[in-house]
Amino acid sequence: MNLLSRSSLKRLLAALLLAGVVTLMTGAPGGYGVPAYTGLHGSFLERVSYFGLFRTQRWFLFLTLGIIAWLVSTYYQRHSLTIRRRLEPVMAIPTQVMQRRTNRWVLIGLVVIVTIFIPKLVHQQFWMYLIVEQIGVWILLALGLNVVVGFAGLLDLGFAAFYAIGAYATAWFTGVLPTPAPFNHPIPTLWCIPIGVGLAMVFGIILGIPTLRLRGDYLAIVTLGFALIIDDFVGTQSGLTGGGEGSLTVPKFAVHVGPVHYTWGISPTPYYYLCFLFVVIFLIAFTALEYSRVGRAWVAIREDEVAAESIGINPLKYKVMAFAVGAASGGFGGVLTAGLIGNINPTLFQYQVSVNVLILVIFGGMGSIWGVAIGAIIVQFVTSYLDNYQPWGYQLNDLYMYIGALLIIMMIFRPAGILPSRRRQREIQSFEVDHEGHLDEVLTGDEP
Amino acid sequence: MGFAHFWLSGFDQIRTGFWAYFAVGLENGSLYAMIAVGYTLVYGVLGLINFAHGEVFMCGGFAAVFLTHGILGDRVANGWESVFLILAGIAIAGSVSALVATGVEQVAYRPLRRRNAPKLAYLISAIGASYFLQTLAGKEFGYGQNIFPAQVFPAGQTMFFIGKTPIHTIQVVCLVVGTAMFVAADRIVRSTRLGRGIRAVAQDSETSALMGVNIDRTITLTFIIGGSLAGAAGFLYALQNGIVQSSGTELGIYAFTAAVLGGIGNLRGAALGGLLIGLFGSFSVPFAFEGNISWTEIYTFIILVLVLIVRPTGILGEKSGRTA
Repeated sequence: MNLLSRSSLKRLLAALLLAGVVTLMTGAPGGYGVPAYTGLHGSFLERVSYFGLFRTQRWFLFLTLGIIAWLVSTYYQRHSLTIRRRLEPVMAIPTQVMQRRTNRWVLIGLVVIVTIFIPKLVHQQFWMYLIVEQIGVWILLALGLNVVVGFAGLLDLGFAAFYAIGAYATAWFTGVLPTPAPFNHPIPTLWCIPIGVGLAMVFGIILGIPTLRLRGDYLAIVTLGFALIIDDFVGTQSGLTGGGEGSLTVPKFAVHVGPVHYTWGISPTPYYYLCFLFVVIFLIAFTALEYSRVGRAWVAIREDEVAAESIGINPLKYKVMAFAVGAASGGFGGVLTAGLIGNINPTLFQYQVSVNVLILVIFGGMGSIWGVAIGAIIVQFVTSYLDNYQPWGYQLNDLYMYIGALLIIMMIFRPAGILPSRRRQREIQSFEVDHEGHLDEVLTGDEP
Repeated sequence: MGFAHFWLSGFDQIRTGFWAYFAVGLENGSLYAMIAVGYTLVYGVLGLINFAHGEVFMCGGFAAVFLTHGILGDRVANGWESVFLILAGIAIAGSVSALVATGVEQVAYRPLRRRNAPKLAYLISAIGASYFLQTLAGKEFGYGQNIFPAQVFPAGQTMFFIGKTPIHTIQVVCLVVGTAMFVAADRIVRSTRLGRGIRAVAQDSETSALMGVNIDRTITLTFIIGGSLAGAAGFLYALQNGIVQSSGTELGIYAFTAAVLGGIGNLRGAALGGLLIGLFGSFSVPFAFEGNISWTEIYTFIILVLVLIVRPTGILGEKSGRTA
């Protein structure tokens, strides 16, 4: 194989394109206000120097990256078999270890002990807050979306809407929105949990019953539209929702039952344990759900809807159920966020948030509860690190760019996630093998 | 102000300003139609909704912004210069968008197609592409801030009057360009060899491959046609409204609604649906509560859900033979 052969040059072009995209992604944000340092001043190309790619020494980075990518890909092309053969045993180690029951229980025990003692290990309040707000709550959200996407195989892009509904319901019922609380009687925040969850569920069912008869892609766009509208609505109806400022004064959680009086104050540790409790409850509940009659019905519908229907499973009923469970956990996350942060505003519930939750599910592994939980911890940790330290030219708003890229990469290389659910992985593989050579189905996918 | 009064005053506004609303409706409608063509064509050949199509449209808009500013600077063009700039803008925006659309196909769809991935995988990777493009555009061109192209003709220029209603140049340009490009796309699909390939793949890709249709090339061509129409629409949209990273998603939902309303997979249905949705959106403006424009979005969304429930095959039905 020649380095100057046609396929090699094609690869060079691809590598350069990739390098260009990476350089743009990590570069400074564009803007007319920034002076151009490129020596293109006054020329037509000055407009082009607007892009991060063309500023200062980024040319150098771009070329180096491109050539490195080209060489690596050439090397891989030549030795792919050897590399794969050597990597395979290494990649198989984690699964081998986890297959042993004792090992699994030891690992779970270790994880539980570490999570219990995290407040003792992390001394910075800031990071404790992050762990609660960015990781704890988001594990719950991801576990909820996992029911919809992973168990039932429905793509729900409106998750942010239910999240917002939960949070705004909390603010409304505690009486901190411009609209007075129902019956002019504000209630404590903890009481809002059933209300927020219930409301989100009702919205989920109202949206689900008409749309869940549809094919997967219609469902995705309808839910996206729903999230867009809720986002718009809470942002603009300032008379109802406080508009862009939202509400700053959602009361903290408090328990007053008989002799027990406890208020969650400023310290993050009590919130951490509250979150931890909920995560454990969710983990147990969803694991039970997965192997229950309902969970098995979901698997049947996901794998073959017609066959499921023929053995007496009502697909619409079970799909709505999955949707309602997902919506409910979204609403739950919303209530919890409102109670934890104490202030809510539309930026927390932008429609893009749905994709943020989606990546947690995809990254961990659709349908695998532990995978999703661990994936959520990893992804949320990395994103909060990026957001707070902003290394390598990362800017605050760049998050969804990386998430989008990660979604594509996961779908190309590891569609079942990093810790795949075994069943899901088998499904994907058998689908791909079954449909080999059937071009029609290849192009159109599985028609439900 | 009572509820009944609100609706009555809405109808009153429509009665007095009928032609103005009608012109705006046609203008937006032709843009929606141009974008909807892309949805419908890709749906025809691949059987799935290209979620990143709205972002393809957006890229065209930004390309036109840079082109027109590069040529014109801060001047206002006039005479033949305007005509030239409009044509150049359409050409450049169209090609950039076609390029982006092909790129999306190559990166987000083709590897999955090679592997025969299940449908959910396509949807997720398409959504990834959509968010990637949207945020990259936001990073380079700013968030939430409309950028306008240079003035290829004076803003708000009136061409002629219908009764007492001024008809703006931009409205005429949108309608003319939209019609021309749609007719061209329709001709390509209906009566050229390449178009026959597209239709063949849409009907039965396996057989068409056996008959010697190059499927990869056909799919790329489909994305190119859809992309260039969307890019041209992006340019025209930017002239009137400016362009911002989130315009893609917003217009994408409208155009998708249009494609579904007309019958997804059906090219002429996309045009019909686009015009209907444009007119509907325009005539629903007086019925927005508190004058809030997002109500148009809500009404359109309701239409989308209704169409999907009542008649998922749309008005003209699916010519490619697939049902929803």
